[in-house]
Amino acid sequence: MNLTLYVWRQNGPEDKGKLEQYEAKNVSPDSSFLEMLDEVNEELIEKGTDPIEFDNDCREGICGTCGCVVNGQPHGPQEQTTACQLHMRQFSDGDTLTLEPWRASAFPIIKDLAVDRSAMDNIIESGGYTSAYTGEVGEANQTLISKPDADYAMDAAECIGCGACVAACPNGSAMLFTSAKVAQLATLPQGKIEAAERVNGMTEAMLNAGFGNCSNHYECEASCPKGVSVKFIAKLNREYLKALPK
Amino acid sequence: MQMLQNSVGRKLVMAVTGLFLFLFVVVHLLGNSSVFMGADGINSYAEHLHALGPVVWIFRLVLLGLFALHIFFGIQLTLENRAAREIEYNEKKNLRTSFGARTMIYTGLIILAFLLYHLLHFTMHVTNPEISVGALAPDALGRADVFTMMVLSFQKFFISLVYVGAMVTLLLHLSHGVQSLFQTLGWLGANSLPVMEKVGRAAAVVIFAGFISIPVSILLGLINV
Repeated sequence: MNLTLYVWRQNGPEDKGKLEQYEAKNVSPDSSFLEMLDEVNEELIEKGTDPIEFDNDCREGICGTCGCVVNGQPHGPQEQTTACQLHMRQFSDGDTLTLEPWRASAFPIIKDLAVDRSAMDNIIESGGYTSAYTGEVGEANQTLISKPDADYAMDAAECIGCGACVAACPNGSAMLFTSAKVAQLATLPQGKIEAAERVNGMTEAMLNAGFGNCSNHYECEASCPKGVSVKFIAKLNREYLKALPK
Repeated sequence: MQMLQNSVGRKLVMAVTGLFLFLFVVVHLLGNSSVFMGADGINSYAEHLHALGPVVWIFRLVLLGLFALHIFFGIQLTLENRAAREIEYNEKKNLRTSFGARTMIYTGLIILAFLLYHLLHFTMHVTNPEISVGALAPDALGRADVFTMMVLSFQKFFISLVYVGAMVTLLLHLSHGVQSLFQTLGWLGANSLPVMEKVGRAAAVVIFAGFISIPVSILLGLINV
């Protein structure tokens, strides 16, 4: 199949940047979206042009490194799929694809489609952990956790921190990302101890990093490659209310 | 005060003030629907309200406070949200959000403009003094004739049009606002969220239909002096 690509090219954070047209020829429907970009890049390198910069790492849909906005949707049109797990059979011969980076003031563009997501690391550093003294390995089941709580925390922990929620949110808010970590840890006994400091610290870091405020559009859930639910945002709101008197 | 700088804290202020403003709208609609019982209904309702004296003023001040907070934080949060995406997408597809959700700031500001007009019209009698209770003769029982004021006002097509138009913006505002406030207050889960989205839209439609039924009934001549 042959495709026309409009790709955002930007030389650095200060560069203005613009969409440029490329042709992707003889693309196998079985290749992944990133493999298609690899092939386009090979051709660009042969021509002596700068290849398209894009983030990627595991290419197994678990690391959260890859991602760009394809035709207006983070990670492209397939539900609950990262860009690396998106296959070209999702598209048809002759299609036009527009590729843009995550657009958020908190994510400065490094080059082309690659953005700097340190702002999300800052949020995690502001409370997305539990402080535990490490010592001897404890007995199994020493700390009892009910099955529903374990499942709930695990669903929240599915977040891979890719930033698609921020990219999709009309407000550029990182609420789904932040709430997934807050909800996961607040549900587990190890995390309950620091629940109040965590929710205050993480929501403060979110605002300081330049992310917007959640206004319940739910675009985040719709574009999350892991299907993280906005029920965790409600959970974060409950955690915030609980922390208010403290 | 930390709360008024926090992202979630300010959203909670929006939700709580929004909830009380919604309840006010419901009470206001119930009170106004006494117009369907004729002059006796709404005139006695108005007289009883005014007889409350200082309580009315306390109620008005609380309402003013609710509006002020809701409007101030609504504008502040919207400005921050815009700043959070300085460069727009060339192409952006929305999958879940609604027209109502994306236009909250605009419908909110239109409702504010309408509110000012509404107060000038029915409370302060500035816009149509000739058909205000001050200019009209008291009713048979010597009460201020609110009923005739409403009927004569809404018989003017342009006034009715403004009111119906304003209620369309209220419909849009509530269609997102009702479910959104429950989510912000943390009262929703994965199962209750889609239900509350429908309940919120239904509530918005009921409020809309209730309010426009008054000017529409008067224009159609179903309510007459």
